[in-house]
Amino acid sequence: MEQIGILEGRERQVLEKKSGVAQADIACDTTSLSGSVSQRACVFCGSRVVLYPVADAIHLVHGPIGCAAYTWDIRGAVSSGPELHRLSFSTDLQEMDVVYGGEKKLYRSLIELIDQYQPKAAFIYSTCIVGLIGDDIDAVCKKVAKETGIPVLPVHSEGFKGTKKDGYKAACLALMKLIGTGSTDGISKYSINILGEFNLAGEAWIIREYYEKMGIEVVATMTGDGRIDAVRRAHGASLNVVQCSGSMTWLAKEMEEKYGIPYIRVSYFGIEDMSKSLYDVAVHFPDRPEIMEAAKRIVSEEVKTLYPSLQKFKKALQGKKAAIYVGGAFKTFSLIKALRSIGMSVVLAGSQTGNKDDYARLKEMCDEGTVIVDDSNPVELSKFILEKEADLLIGGVKERPIAFKLGVAFCDHNHERKIPLAGFIGMYNFALEVYQSVMSPVWQFAPRKGGSL
Amino acid sequence: MLLRHTSKEVKEREGLTINPAKTCQPIGAMYAALGIHGCLPHSHGSQGCCSYHRSTLTRHYKEPVMAATSSFTEGASVFGGQANLLAAIDTIFAVYDPDIIAVHSTCLSETIGDDLQQITKKASDDGKIPDGKYVIYASTPSFVGSHVTGYANMVAGMANQFAESTGEKKSQYNMIAGWMEPSDMREIKRLAKEMGINIVLFPDTSDVLDAPQTGKHVFYPKGGTTVAELKSSGDSLASFALGSISAEPAAIALEKKCKVPFETLDIPIGLSATDRFIMAISKMAKIEVPDEITAERGRLVDVMADMEQYLHGKRVALFGDPDQLLPLTEFLLDLSMKPVHIVSGTPGQRFDKEMRVMLEKRSPETKFKSGLGADMFLLHQWMKNEPVDLLIGNTYGKYMARDEDIPFIRFGFPILDRIGHSYFPNIGYNGSLRLLEKILNVLMDRQDRDALEEKFELVM
Repeated sequence: MEQIGILEGRERQVLEKKSGVAQADIACDTTSLSGSVSQRACVFCGSRVVLYPVADAIHLVHGPIGCAAYTWDIRGAVSSGPELHRLSFSTDLQEMDVVYGGEKKLYRSLIELIDQYQPKAAFIYSTCIVGLIGDDIDAVCKKVAKETGIPVLPVHSEGFKGTKKDGYKAACLALMKLIGTGSTDGISKYSINILGEFNLAGEAWIIREYYEKMGIEVVATMTGDGRIDAVRRAHGASLNVVQCSGSMTWLAKEMEEKYGIPYIRVSYFGIEDMSKSLYDVAVHFPDRPEIMEAAKRIVSEEVKTLYPSLQKFKKALQGKKAAIYVGGAFKTFSLIKALRSIGMSVVLAGSQTGNKDDYARLKEMCDEGTVIVDDSNPVELSKFILEKEADLLIGGVKERPIAFKLGVAFCDHNHERKIPLAGFIGMYNFALEVYQSVMSPVWQFAPRKGGSL
Repeated sequence: MLLRHTSKEVKEREGLTINPAKTCQPIGAMYAALGIHGCLPHSHGSQGCCSYHRSTLTRHYKEPVMAATSSFTEGASVFGGQANLLAAIDTIFAVYDPDIIAVHSTCLSETIGDDLQQITKKASDDGKIPDGKYVIYASTPSFVGSHVTGYANMVAGMANQFAESTGEKKSQYNMIAGWMEPSDMREIKRLAKEMGINIVLFPDTSDVLDAPQTGKHVFYPKGGTTVAELKSSGDSLASFALGSISAEPAAIALEKKCKVPFETLDIPIGLSATDRFIMAISKMAKIEVPDEITAERGRLVDVMADMEQYLHGKRVALFGDPDQLLPLTEFLLDLSMKPVHIVSGTPGQRFDKEMRVMLEKRSPETKFKSGLGADMFLLHQWMKNEPVDLLIGNTYGKYMARDEDIPFIRFGFPILDRIGHSYFPNIGYNGSLRLLEKILNVLMDRQDRDALEEKFELVM
């Protein structure tokens, strides 16, 4: 068991960058191999994370209890008002429901829920089993919507019907049904929607404030600190600003087609990308040069305070090596740049859901010798972390204890982050968190560093 | 005010569950399987199930949790998952090289009708299982029972599929662990050693989910019941099933298959349940209770006496799993506390009956509900109508504790926001003493916090 190689059948999803040698593109967009210890999740998971932060809607999981239990308030998507999203609602399907169908139970549950909580809308997630027993959740939703007068939106997120990305799309489909149903009266010409920002640790608030300082109206944030009424009038915005490319690009494209709203892709992580995300929006409104001026002023002020404060981290972290394994590839790009700005290099970079273009770009960005992986697993991750002598792993919940067992520092850049990592302040927080973990005295005692008795 | 939406008025709900006090079978099966040495749990279903279970267990233990998945796709759900599972078995043995694969089903694979017994037999017939390696299984449909049921099914599967009777008895006893923490399992082993008996403890997650920092990530940590031990359980003199819901099915399987007699006991939480546990061993093995154990008991009783004035009549709401709730409720009664509300999402007539019998005798006014509709929303409503001084339950109780501004002790599964459960047992006399200390600490901290200055006491 000491030596585990790369999983057979996965050779094409792992690549070590070598220049001067012809290398095949990384294989991605595939489903995981049966029997692999994959770090990936399912369609339902994708839908749930995208819609979850909508705080004044109820989110009813139609299926056996597990799907609702495991997704109960596990993401720190903060709301400034209602917190309906933090409760767990399930139809808790039983054997008899599986045999005779769960439509009646779904109907009753919905009526009870809407009666109890008076939400602005309801999202109904179908799980694996609902796809099999053939419940017509569309019909139930339609009926309840008619009776209660609120939008009741089916989300077709049967776990097995694809990958997490398909779940993003199912969620976006539900949002698309809401968009266009509200009034656009009074929306400024200088307005945007923020897409793919989930307000983890209050990040959407930070971003929103930058844009508002630039004189831009933010119509809807999808879906961080989300409100149904805001989503309904999102078609009144002049521009869609898309973060987390994996989850919401599809929605942006749909809105472009249907409402003629152009979109840009941005990232709020790291100084470079954060600044660019302000400039790119300003460029979109050339008839009002004050916007660009404000953007420049914000960047200059923020960088003026941020840059010196990063230097002590940079000094300590210079030459340290990082491994990155996160959900979306777009985040990986930002992280590479952010890490470089604090003196660290990247020896492993990967994502769960990147596509071909993402990996081509990733390869271009990475240093010689960097290992690039798609849909990795604990064996590969620990193998490369040790081989490449990484000092830090950036990942999510399942990666954290692996890093710590190896005696390597860790930064959660997934939904368990506790402090905002987006925006200029987020870059400071990120550097601080990386610094705290990499420089922690605990590693002196860890066997990797020869710290055993 | 997260739960500001909780209304005081209790209405009968038809079908809707709000804030569940349970989760689904497969995670229990995965947890149990981690208690076999060299075993890779395998989730026969969609990728999400496996991912969610691993994440939840990782959050609870702060440990890496390894498990594989059949990664169902649309095709598998139409044509059946046999091909996926056979391919998975090939992959797993080739790459992860476990001694055992423990397969559990999911709602998806159950509904499409995959028969794990037949598929694992086919794997064996097709020569997919290398010599000396094993594939065991448990049927764990998510739409039946709860995580506790899944645990029980996998543990019964271990007994069924490993135990052998050689015809020659061994001088050992089986301890079938109900759902408990690695720390508790470690304590069971210590107590057995103190008592001077040899045991086969299964499952055993100590040294698996409380592993030390070694600088290595090992797929199969050093702990876990070995195959040899599991096989030999068929030759044991008797079995002790610790928990009627989560452990007894395995004891019954052993009796059926290998004629090993069994006795079902509560998980030894609290004084009375630990007394029964120790006396059952003493009686079965015909041994005197050693002085050290008697002293441990004495220390617990001593503290119970010392602190009795701070406990009497304190009103408690508790929620969790059946095998923990029974002895825990009994312990609270022994402490002269007042269990006021009890909720378990896990359905079960046996549990209802045992709880009712105890409550009728000792605390007839206690409100108790299990199964459908027994969720944290209901518990919270009850608490609003009849307030309590203390809440005991898993991490999700923190919302209610905060809303009602009452002391809260984390107990059960999952605990996502504190450490300790992996390392310090809650069972046996020593574990009960720790539990008692925790109860006293939160109650007395509250008393200190709320005391008027002139009543703020130094000596308590």
